[in-house]
Amino acid sequence: MHWWLPLKGSTFAGDIDGLFLAILIITGIAFVVVEAGLIWFVIKYRQRPGRKAFYTHGNTRAEVIWTTIPAVTMVALGLISNHYWVRIKGRNSVPANAYPIAIHAKQFEWQVTYPGADGQLGTPDDFTVRNQLHVPVGRPVVVHLSSEDVIHSFFVPVFRVKQDAVPGMDIKAWFQATVPGQYELGCAELCGMGHYRMRAQVFVHTPEEYDAWMKQAAQEAKQ
Amino acid sequence: MTSVAATTRVPHAHHDDRSFLRKYIFSTDHKIIGIQFLFVSLFFLLLGGVLAMQMRWQLGFPGKPMPGGGLLPESMAAGGVILPEYYVQLVSMHGTFMVFFAIMPLLVGVYANFLIPLKIGAHDMAFPRINMASFWAAFAAGLLMFASLFVPEGGIRSGWTNYAPLSARPDLSGVTIGQLLWCVSIVVLGLSSVMGSVNYITTIINHRAPGMTWFRMPLSVWALFITAILAVLALPVLQGAAILLLFDQTIGTHFFDPAAGGQALLWQHLFWFFGHPEVYILILPAMGMVSDIVANGSRKPIFGYHSMVFAIIAIAFLGWLVWGHHMFMSGMNPTLGSSFMVSTLVIAVPSAVKVFNWMGTMWRGNLRFHVPMLNATAFVAMFVIGGLSGIYMAATPVDMFIHDTYFIVAHLHYVLFGGSLFALFAAIPYWFPKMFGRMMSERWGKVHFWLTFVFYNLTFFPMHILGNAGHMRRIYDPTQYDFLKPYQPMNEFISIAAFLLFATQLIFFVNFWYSLFKGEKAPQNPWEDNGLEWSLPSPAPHGNWERVPTVYRGPYEFSSPEVSDRDYLPQHEKRPTDREPASTTAPSH
Repeated sequence: MHWWLPLKGSTFAGDIDGLFLAILIITGIAFVVVEAGLIWFVIKYRQRPGRKAFYTHGNTRAEVIWTTIPAVTMVALGLISNHYWVRIKGRNSVPANAYPIAIHAKQFEWQVTYPGADGQLGTPDDFTVRNQLHVPVGRPVVVHLSSEDVIHSFFVPVFRVKQDAVPGMDIKAWFQATVPGQYELGCAELCGMGHYRMRAQVFVHTPEEYDAWMKQAAQEAKQ
Repeated sequence: MTSVAATTRVPHAHHDDRSFLRKYIFSTDHKIIGIQFLFVSLFFLLLGGVLAMQMRWQLGFPGKPMPGGGLLPESMAAGGVILPEYYVQLVSMHGTFMVFFAIMPLLVGVYANFLIPLKIGAHDMAFPRINMASFWAAFAAGLLMFASLFVPEGGIRSGWTNYAPLSARPDLSGVTIGQLLWCVSIVVLGLSSVMGSVNYITTIINHRAPGMTWFRMPLSVWALFITAILAVLALPVLQGAAILLLFDQTIGTHFFDPAAGGQALLWQHLFWFFGHPEVYILILPAMGMVSDIVANGSRKPIFGYHSMVFAIIAIAFLGWLVWGHHMFMSGMNPTLGSSFMVSTLVIAVPSAVKVFNWMGTMWRGNLRFHVPMLNATAFVAMFVIGGLSGIYMAATPVDMFIHDTYFIVAHLHYVLFGGSLFALFAAIPYWFPKMFGRMMSERWGKVHFWLTFVFYNLTFFPMHILGNAGHMRRIYDPTQYDFLKPYQPMNEFISIAAFLLFATQLIFFVNFWYSLFKGEKAPQNPWEDNGLEWSLPSPAPHGNWERVPTVYRGPYEFSSPEVSDRDYLPQHEKRPTDREPASTTAPSH
C-alpha cells in the first residue's frame, strides 16, 4: 500500500504529479496556517474570568492582504495548469506520429481494435481483441474512444490518463507509455451494475515484443 | 412595518386557539413549517446514513454476508451478500436522499423558514399559505422518492447525478419505475423549493422591522437570501432536465439518446448548470449560521461584516460560471475546460476570505465553547480541508487523474459533512430552545461532538489516499482490480470508522428526542445573543411579536464599549444615544 501516486508510466505522468505536488505544497501551507491559527486561538483566547474580547469590526489592510494573496496564487496556478492542460489534452495536443488504436466501450467490456501491420485504422488488416490493450513503449499512442450504449470512462492510472467514452461522440485521447510492464485499465464512470468489473489488462511492450505480439494476435484474430 | 399592522394582522398572538390540525399539521406558521421540515429531513438523514452503512459493509468486506442482510429480498442481497445491482442503487439513493431530502431541506427548509421572520422582525412569511404548500410538496416529493425503494427493481442505479443515457434507457440501467419516480419526485421537489424561495426573497425584501437595514441583517439571513435567489434560478433547470428525461422514458422522445439523434452530454450540462449552484445552496446557509454562532461564541463582532456579505454574493455569482468543472473528462471541448478551470480557481478567493474572517472573529475573543461553538469551529477547520482539496480537481491536468476517484468522494464529504452537517450540529442545539422551549444536553452534545469529529476524520480523510491510488468511485468490489487489492485494509478501516461514526449519531438522535420532552427549560436568551429572535420567549409564540421590535444596530455588537455590565447588546435595545429610524424599511402590507 503506497500513500502516494502510482508508478509514473507515461511521458506526462511526471508533469501531472509535479503539479499535484505543487498544489500539495500550496494547500499544505494554507492548511497549516489556518489549522495552527485556529488551534492557537482556541487555546489562547478561550474564556477566562475577567477577560473582555477586543471590540473590532475588522481591519481593511488585513482583509486586502488575505484577499490578494489567494487571488494571485489562484491565477498563477491557473496559468501553470493551463500550460500543461493544453499540452496534454488540448485540441492540437495529439502528436502527429501517434500510433492509432480504437477502443469501443460497451456494457461491460472494452473492444480494442488494432491497426494491423499497415499501422492504419479502417483497413482490412485491423483486428479486435477484447479487454486487452497492448501498446509499444516510447511511442505516442492515440486512442479513438467510442461507446456502444452509455457513458464509460477510459482510465489507466499509471498513465494518468482518463477520458470518457460517450455514445454518439468520437473522442481522442493520447499518451506515451514509458515503462514496459503489465497494468490495468478500469472504467471510471458509473455505467450500470457491472461497472465494477469493466476492466482490461494493459501491456506495455518493447518495440520488438510489440511486433511479435502483433503478428501473433493478428493470426489468432483471423481464426 | 407599523404597529397598526402588527396588531391587526395577528389578533391571537398570545391566545392561540387553533385546532391541533391547524396548529401542527396544516400550519401556516413559519416556525411550525420549519419544525416539520426538521423532523422529515432528520428522518431522511438517518435513512441516507443507513444506505451508506450498507455500502461501507460491501466495500470493507466484499462478498461477506452483511449482518441483517438476510432481511433483504434475494434480489437485493443473495444470502445476505449485497448484489451489484443493489450496490449501485445504494450509491445512487444515498446521494439523492442526502442532497435533496436531508442537507438541502435541513439548511433551507428548516432554517430559512424558522429564522428569516424571527431574525428580521416579521410576524410570518410574506405568503404563509404558499409556505405551507412548499412543505407539503417537499413531503410528497420525499414520499415518492422513498417509495421508489420498494417498487420492483428498486430506486435508480445511475448515481445521484443520474447521467443519461444510462438513466434514460431502462434496458441498460435495469430500472423502470424507480427512474420515473425519481423524475417526478425531483419535479415536485423543485416546485417546493421555488415556492419556498419566492417566499424567503419577498419576506426579506418587504418585511424587515423598522431599522433593520440591509447591512444590519445577520449573515445567516444574508446567506439564506442569496441561497433563495440561487434556488429559484437553479431548480427549474433541474426540473426541465428531469421532465426531458421523463419524456425519453415514457413518450418515446430521444433528448439524451445519441442512437436516435439525441445528445448524451446535454443531461450533464443541464444537471450541472443546476448542480453547481446547488453545491452553494448546500453550503451558503451553513456559512451564514456559522458566522452568527462564531461571533456569539467569540463574544466579538464578526470580522469584516461587509466583506463577508460580498463574499457570499461573489460565491453565488461565480457559482453560475463553474459547472463545466464536473465535465473536464466528458469530451467537452478542452478549451472550454480552461475557462472553467480559471473560474473555479477564482471562487476559492471569496471562500478563503470567509475562512480568514472567521479566524479574525475568534482572534482576541473570549471564546465560549458551548456545543454550537464547538461544532461551528469544527466547521471552519473542516471546510478548509474541503475547500483546499477542491483546488486539486480544479487544476485540469490533476483532475485527469483524480476525477471520478475516491479523492472526489473525500472532497465532497469534507464539504457536505465537515461543512454542512457540522454547521447543522451547531445550528440545531443553538436554535432548539427557541423552537421547543427546552435546551439540548450540553454534556451529551460534547460527547457527540468529539466522537463525531474523530470518527468523521478517520472515515473520510483516508479516502484522499485511496483516490491517490486511483481507486474509482461507485465500484461494487474494489478487489476486482489487482492494483486496488493492497488497499483493502484501508477500505476495511474506513468502514469500521464509518460504522462508529454512524453509531455516534445515535447519541445525537437520543439527545434530540430526550431534550424535546425532558430537556431543561430554556431561558429567553440562553446564549446571550443579540438577534431579534432572542427578544421573544422560548418557544417563540405564534405570530412572534405583538409589536415588532425596532432595530437600532447590527447583530454582532458583542463586547461593545457602550455597555459595561455585560458583553452583548441586542439589536432591539434602545440606548440613550440611539435615534429612532427615520422611516420604516418595510411597507406594512
